[in-house]
Amino acid sequence: MLSDRVPIEQQLHADKPGLAFGRGRSYGDVCLNPDGVLWLTSGLDKFIHFDEASGMLRCESGVSLRDIQRVFVPRGWMLPVSPGTQLVSVGGAIANDVHGKNHHVHGSFGDHVHRIVLKRTDGSSLECAPHLQPDWFRATVGGLGLTGVISEADIQLRRVEGPWLDAETIPFQRVDEFFPLADASEAEFEYTVAWIDCTSGEAGRGLLMRANHNSDTSWPVTHKAPRTMPLVPPVSLVNALSLKPFNALYYHSNRMRDARAHVFFERFFYPLDNLLEWNRMYGPRGFYQYQSVVPRAAGADATKEMLRQIAKSGEGSFLAVLKTFGARAPLGMLSFPMPGVTLALDFPNRGTKTHALFERLDAVVREAGGRLYPAKDARMPRQLFEAGYAQLGTFLPFRDPGISSAMSRRLLGS
Amino acid sequence: MKRIVIVGATSAIAEHCARCWLETGPADMLLLGRDVPRLERVAADLKARSPDSSLQTAQADFLSPDDIQAWAARAYGAGPVDIVLIAHGTLPDQPQCQADLAASNTAMAINGISPVLFAEAFAGRMQQADHGTLIIIGSVAGDRGRKSNYVYGAAKGLVTRYAQGLQHRLAASQVRVVLVKPGPTDTPMTAHLKEAGTGLAKVEDVARAIVSGAQKGSRTVYAPGKWGLIMMIIRHLPFSVFKKLNI
Repeated sequence: MLSDRVPIEQQLHADKPGLAFGRGRSYGDVCLNPDGVLWLTSGLDKFIHFDEASGMLRCESGVSLRDIQRVFVPRGWMLPVSPGTQLVSVGGAIANDVHGKNHHVHGSFGDHVHRIVLKRTDGSSLECAPHLQPDWFRATVGGLGLTGVISEADIQLRRVEGPWLDAETIPFQRVDEFFPLADASEAEFEYTVAWIDCTSGEAGRGLLMRANHNSDTSWPVTHKAPRTMPLVPPVSLVNALSLKPFNALYYHSNRMRDARAHVFFERFFYPLDNLLEWNRMYGPRGFYQYQSVVPRAAGADATKEMLRQIAKSGEGSFLAVLKTFGARAPLGMLSFPMPGVTLALDFPNRGTKTHALFERLDAVVREAGGRLYPAKDARMPRQLFEAGYAQLGTFLPFRDPGISSAMSRRLLGS
Repeated sequence: MKRIVIVGATSAIAEHCARCWLETGPADMLLLGRDVPRLERVAADLKARSPDSSLQTAQADFLSPDDIQAWAARAYGAGPVDIVLIAHGTLPDQPQCQADLAASNTAMAINGISPVLFAEAFAGRMQQADHGTLIIIGSVAGDRGRKSNYVYGAAKGLVTRYAQGLQHRLAASQVRVVLVKPGPTDTPMTAHLKEAGTGLAKVEDVARAIVSGAQKGSRTVYAPGKWGLIMMIIRHLPFSVFKKLNI
């Protein structure tokens, strides 16, 4: 565990390659380093300074996004971008350049980072920012932790009046209906995301959720304590028997319900944080997540083709998300978001069957000129990574030779 | 504003207790520690969380009775204190303590005698004001001596007996004395245990247990609560069984 008792750069020497480890919420091997050393950042959890007038927060990299939200939302400031869980660290959010449901308005997490302090294993320390050593900045944002250990960052928070959102849920019958609905929603709503019934095949019925901030400043009485999935069932609870009825039930119950609601931000942004250890429901073999983005031109066809392949395979899960990204160019050399449409699905691990499906999905993504999200990946082929990330060659010189991860060995060879 | 004194404010448990207290409203805090730059980082963090709070840091000599007395007097100079948290300590290396009596001496002094002197210095003033909560961090290690860390355990056992006596003395007053016994907690002090695969409690959870136990005025708080049960069993194991355990 890294501590502030001695300078961090002095703690980064090891016989074997090391890797910074935040909260371990990445779904794949980006935060793993078997046979190597993990430098835990959970002890680097202090705020350093907050400017109440400008909303600029300086903090250590092990601070969790939840800590930021819980301290600053009551004071009218919020993270401009946060992913589907707030149980991640600032360092992890930068290294994976995470995005949220408002990408079309606020871009990705890195777009709001104004300064990074990076500790290197050669004992040096460097500062980078959009206008200070910008190459280092663009390599480190989305850099998968490979350019050094992020020790602190400046993040620009955004003003919010209160913790509530006005949300609407709109059912759609087909993917073809999703795209015009998403475009129209993006013009008027800060947050848009769609749940999709992956058992419904090419048609792809689903529910589009969209929301804006509300000016209500009241506060719910208490935080509801999250529940915990108590045990790992012997087999995945998400399986061929449960999936179809569950998805149908979810679709129809939300279709019938009053579509407008006043929702607390944590419930809208982080629905899964209410069930800790939820991943246990996939049983001892766990699950993979497959998240792709494809350019808009190919988006509709590629999405339909992927949904067709998934429905045909009978794989898939309850968690399937479709979202259009905004037009802004990705910030980091290896940042995932790009203009287009992203599809994310969980798949219980059923061995070769699941992998065979992934290979068919890879072909669709490659054909469409898309790419996969490293933060969610544990299996993409190296060629697909190289094809999807055109700036990989520019990135490589910024790597810290003392840092390596299971993912970097798999996708970069070292 | 609540007035709070924290001794050993750079300890991860103390720092998280401070965060919990500031969640409920601003406070006037005096943070005592040995490492001034780290104390200032703790104070900056708390200030960012609670801009209306007043945070004062000071370096104290934890082994000097005069210094301890002077800090208690200074804290009470500005009026009665609501909460005193005595949280400093180190986790000594047991084999080193066996080999080197000076190491044993330091470990006993910093984990046993020093917290007791701080408690004594504040207890008199609290009794006089007939107000306040005195929280002392002991340890489950003080419940029964074990070969793997009995020097530390003995120091914490001293704290336990002392707290019992103080609770007895102040039973008729409005002063609450709370003895906290954390189980192994995930902090920089125990990083080597984590590497060895020991299951450690989250420091946030331990801090919440302490803050809520102190608010209720519990005499003894095991944090997390399950350690109350575990230690009851360990205390009552017959020696014939206990001696076979490698703990």
